[in-house]
Amino acid sequence: MVNETSTLAGAKIAAPGPRAQISPRVWKILGILVILAIACILPLGLSNYRLFQLTLALVYAIAILGLNILTGYNGQISLGHGAFYAIGAYVAAILMNTYNVPYWATIPIAGFVCLVVGFLFGLPALRLEGHYLALATFALAVATPQLLKYKAIANWTGGVEGINLLKPDAPAWMHVDSDQYLYYFTLAITVVMFVIGWNLLRGRVGRALVAIRDHPVAAEAMGVNTAYHKAMAFGVSALYTGVAGAIGAIVVAYVAPDSFDFLLSIFLLVGLVVGGLASISGAIYGALFIQFAPNFAADLSKAAPWAIFGIFMIGAVYVMPGGVASFVQIVWDRIRRMLAPARGT
Amino acid sequence: MSTFLHQVFSGLATGGIYASVALALVMIYQATNLINFAQGEMAMFSTYIAWSLINAGVPYWLAFLITVTVSFIGGMVIERVIIRPAVKRSSLLGVVIVFIGVLVIFNSLAGWIFSYTIKSFPSPFPEQALFNNTYVSSHELGAIITTLVVLGILYGFFRFTPLGLAMRAAAQNPVSSRLVGIRVGWMLALGWGLAAAIGAVAGMMVAPMVYLDPNMMQGILIYAFAAALLGGIDNPWGSVLGGFIVGVLENLIGAYLFGTELKLSVALILIVAVLVFKPTGLFGKVLVTRV
Repeated sequence: MVNETSTLAGAKIAAPGPRAQISPRVWKILGILVILAIACILPLGLSNYRLFQLTLALVYAIAILGLNILTGYNGQISLGHGAFYAIGAYVAAILMNTYNVPYWATIPIAGFVCLVVGFLFGLPALRLEGHYLALATFALAVATPQLLKYKAIANWTGGVEGINLLKPDAPAWMHVDSDQYLYYFTLAITVVMFVIGWNLLRGRVGRALVAIRDHPVAAEAMGVNTAYHKAMAFGVSALYTGVAGAIGAIVVAYVAPDSFDFLLSIFLLVGLVVGGLASISGAIYGALFIQFAPNFAADLSKAAPWAIFGIFMIGAVYVMPGGVASFVQIVWDRIRRMLAPARGT
Repeated sequence: MSTFLHQVFSGLATGGIYASVALALVMIYQATNLINFAQGEMAMFSTYIAWSLINAGVPYWLAFLITVTVSFIGGMVIERVIIRPAVKRSSLLGVVIVFIGVLVIFNSLAGWIFSYTIKSFPSPFPEQALFNNTYVSSHELGAIITTLVVLGILYGFFRFTPLGLAMRAAAQNPVSSRLVGIRVGWMLALGWGLAAAIGAVAGMMVAPMVYLDPNMMQGILIYAFAAALLGGIDNPWGSVLGGFIVGVLENLIGAYLFGTELKLSVALILIVAVLVFKPTGLFGKVLVTRV
């Protein structure tokens, strides 16, 4: 490891080139800025329906990033993240509907509630390894719609019918309609959540999570507080997914138990696997995939999107374990390598 | 009293189904240390095969036999073609993802081919209850007996045949089994085939009670998980007993405590409680890992 880095560093110094090379980091930031600029002007050219879909894709990106913190980085398999999405959505909907809380204020509350619930679920989960955690969360996902329909809480949740919400209006100074406004609103939160996630995962906490995933005993020996980090990963992961759920409820303006069934959890898992495990940008690729791939398949049959999801999941494990993110990385590296000698001469 | 007995008997009938699926899960778990999340959907698909055979005019028991055979072969093919390469090249997470992929594919295939509308599935047993009793319907009784027969056959197979012995050996100690000439890989595939066949029987027994649709087995799989965990996931007898216990508990709790709306949550609580407080279940082996 040490040897490798030193030779790499040596190669960099020795590399011929009169002009200062643009470092990969700068390239990355430039790329992100370009993508953000495109994301900002996109609403001008898209129909409201496409824009709505894109907004939802952003929502899923936040949720998948949350799932990635837990499953991708920390290695705790969750097949039940739809439950946290549902909690976030319901907290937002109940606050708006019953207590007249403004829509933007519901998002942090929903996130906080999910943080607490996720942390509490994470405590017993400490005792569950691998399969068993997958099994428990699988059961959670299947039981969620029933819990949401439960009569004793129907006063708040609206029972089977769910809750209808009003779409928030855009503030007058922005001169956009409400769909466009919701898109920018979601985009802003997505950027904030991704920056926070990036800061969290690249540093000490991120390394601790990965260490626990790859070798729990060694991590413990190195002084990582395994129990705390695992439970906290659960909490933060639930927070992300809950925030996504809250925005999802605001954007769709409707929540009902049957939209948070077991398939929602699998939906997020498909996004995670196809986008790329343990990759921040992967969350975005995955979200775009689960949002737009069904559009192409739905013409065949109502069942076709899910058949394709299943094939992609298995295919990703066999062919592309790093998902789209690793594919993009490989292509990008190849392009850079092809350009590099040309620049040197 | 009469309603109580009725609840117990119908609990035993569904319990038999849970016991069968739990047994299928345990079988795969013992051999490979994997929990087959797709077990329920495989059974559901088998039931659809039986349904289309019966609809095409094949007599019930012939359709039953064909379905069990097809499921057996299908289970072996799935193990050899999809699961084994995944186990070889991927981590636990990858394997779980492959299982979920198989689950999703079967679910959507069933919806694609047979549509999502709910279908009624015939019962091979008479409509009239035995001796006109009011406690248990003929189908429930038949389901219980079928479960017991399946268990008996399996017991005989594992206890008294050389092949059964080889399969047990392969599950217990693959390396030594290979050294004495048992083809461990094929034993695993055989285990998958048997599990799929048991699942098919369970599916055909439960379909007349809950009606046939692509999501039929999701709840049942959760109960089977609960049963397998309660009895100890490495103990076939424990898991069968667990199945019957869960079936009766589910019915009694549904009738006297919470009502039927929260049935699945009861299973969820049971699963989490067993995993947290007694991960080995009632009859499982305590595993000690050295670090």
